[in-house]
Amino acid sequence: MGKTLNIAPITRIEGHASVAIHLDDTGNVSDAKMHVLSLRGFEQFVIGRPVEEVPRIVTRICGICPWQHHLASNKAADECLGVELPPTGRKLRELCQMMAYIPDKILHFYFLAAPDFVLGPDADYSVRNVVGIIGANPELAKKVVHMRYKAQMMLEKFSGKVIHPIAGVVGGFSKPLLEEERKEILAGIQELKDFSIFTIKFAREEVFPKYLDAVKILGVFPSGYLGTVRPSDGALELYDGELRLMDQNGNYDQFKYSEYMDYIGEHTEPWSYLKFPYAKKWGQLKLDENDPVGVYRANTLARINVCDKMATPLAQEELDIFRKAFGRPTHLTLLYHWARLIELVQCCERAEELLNDPEITGREYRAKNIEPRAGEGVGCVEAARGTLIHHYKTDDNGMVTMANLIVGTTHNNAPMNLSVKQAAKALIKDGKYDQGILNRVEMAIRAYDP
Amino acid sequence: MTKVTVAEEWLNACAGCEIAILNVGDVLVDLLVNNLDFVHIPVILDKKYFGQTGEEKELSIPEAVVGIVSGGVRNEEHKEVLLEMRKKCQILIALGTCATDGGIPAMINMYTEEELKQFYYKDSPTTDPAEYPTEHIPPLLDNCYALDEIVKVDLSLPGCPPHPDWIAGAILSLLDGKTDYKMPERSVCDACPTIREYKKSMADIKRLYYEAEFDPEKPLSDMRCLLEQGLMCLGPVTHVGCGGTKGAPRCISARVPCRGCYGPIRKGAKPLVDYMGAMASVGFDPAKMPDRRGYLARFAGAHGVLKKIG
Repeated sequence: MGKTLNIAPITRIEGHASVAIHLDDTGNVSDAKMHVLSLRGFEQFVIGRPVEEVPRIVTRICGICPWQHHLASNKAADECLGVELPPTGRKLRELCQMMAYIPDKILHFYFLAAPDFVLGPDADYSVRNVVGIIGANPELAKKVVHMRYKAQMMLEKFSGKVIHPIAGVVGGFSKPLLEEERKEILAGIQELKDFSIFTIKFAREEVFPKYLDAVKILGVFPSGYLGTVRPSDGALELYDGELRLMDQNGNYDQFKYSEYMDYIGEHTEPWSYLKFPYAKKWGQLKLDENDPVGVYRANTLARINVCDKMATPLAQEELDIFRKAFGRPTHLTLLYHWARLIELVQCCERAEELLNDPEITGREYRAKNIEPRAGEGVGCVEAARGTLIHHYKTDDNGMVTMANLIVGTTHNNAPMNLSVKQAAKALIKDGKYDQGILNRVEMAIRAYDP
Repeated sequence: MTKVTVAEEWLNACAGCEIAILNVGDVLVDLLVNNLDFVHIPVILDKKYFGQTGEEKELSIPEAVVGIVSGGVRNEEHKEVLLEMRKKCQILIALGTCATDGGIPAMINMYTEEELKQFYYKDSPTTDPAEYPTEHIPPLLDNCYALDEIVKVDLSLPGCPPHPDWIAGAILSLLDGKTDYKMPERSVCDACPTIREYKKSMADIKRLYYEAEFDPEKPLSDMRCLLEQGLMCLGPVTHVGCGGTKGAPRCISARVPCRGCYGPIRKGAKPLVDYMGAMASVGFDPAKMPDRRGYLARFAGAHGVLKKIG
């Protein structure tokens, strides 16, 4: 008789999910699914709220990427109320997004992903974690903790609150950046840039090469990709631009945020609370890892695949190395980790550019004379896990009447399921499995995390 | 010295509390190496509920001296995990406002499950209408609950997220053998340096699309109280602590009004009623406040505070 392995909870990810691996009589995998176990209901409980309050509510969708939700929501609210942002307000928001990304990517690489690579996927769970990393390389671990902390605290000091931010407001930003603050942050960013360059070199020279065999097979399947690009030259954008949806062969559609409904549909399966977005134009969603239909991925690897170039020079050098090795698009799931570090370099460089822009310390940081009105807005930004789409409608009093949200993890629901299925089928044969094998299945999910 | 065993869980949560734990900063490395032994913490440790190969039938969490739980209780699995944590941990800490008061996700208590699912699975403009999922997923509860509505809680650290000062304070106090760590029961206003004139400005009640009046070159102590400026600041009815043991309230530092993320000042407080008094005391007509429940119970919808509109 067959049996089910219930891997719960999925660990070293942000969020709640479990994996059920179904084995047939011969001990081979008949099916494997990732179940998302709850439904919080943000789309429902923002109804009736004043739209300018929503950016202070939807932050709680994710404690790791609250800035991205805060900013996507602010953009949608601006549009509902018909507000044009002064350039300084726009740039302060983008600066905060870059600054929020930096500690996030450091956290994910060293604390969540690295245990699998540095200590190895077969290490016992009691050491395969951040404490194990500290034991294996205490000097580097201390540096990592310090750099991440420094990045968080810089943003907190300037913006008031780093986890669940408040400083983005309808019309722009709640306060200006003073000259002495600018200088202090710039010095910190330069230090973080050096650390980021150290990190990507360390990763591509000492960490990834040992696991290239795993990279080539684990959780791999062909899919499409969704990301944001700069309309003028197709460069990778994290804060603002147009959406680009690429198929598995590299052909793409590019569209404005407000057109998202023409390209993305959402499907429901009976075994997960989370819906399954799919690319509408490619046909009805088919969750088959050998012949997927409609499946696209979001998050770092997707952005690196859809972009024509990076937006900053050192990140571009890294993209050249990456593309030379893996081509475009590449479907190797574990490369999410590598792509994440290329973006880390761009975030540091872009933050530096913004801090050297004279407009950043301007005093027109927020639009004036905003009035409530009936309206509609779609606000997007790229979050660690993927594109955030916040779509609101308001009544005459500026109260929310409709909210449709498609967020990072949701885009990746179908691909995470396919990666799990692919990994489980490839790794579990004739009833043979152990902790290390099951951890490798989870590694296929971890790649998609922030 | 022997390490203290700790188990940590997140329920109807966002991971912000766990990031706040990391924001304890450089001290954390020493604590992890010398003082704390995490036996279960899904965000960083691969300890599983059903055995490491997923073959056991009963959910199990290892025994620990200290249990930390973030998030409220929204589905059957959260409840099962919380009961197991209570059973296995000597001291249970509710971390964050979701755990202590329901937090933002408890705003769902204003709506029925049918309303929620009707939009999410049928009416959403991008969704192909479908039957609601039911297989291999835990049923939702009728409400989102705070932890103390389900089990006994020994120590409460509210905040969205809790300031690292309080997290470190509680941990160090427990390591010292003390189990009665408590945050001060005061309001955000008690930690707020802005100028109060105890009278109303000429303005009417203002929503968040109005900017506060302030001089960015000058400190907070030169800015007029935001409530007196008419900005519906929830400081008077909100638990102090967002700025840590010494700092100014965080929203005020960003020159925006408080929205109550540390929950009510004390257990059993009625922010919906108390705030009316605070508004009246500076001369505003509370009846003119829009979306009262959405402002005043935004973080405190558990304990029956928010009910179905129906």
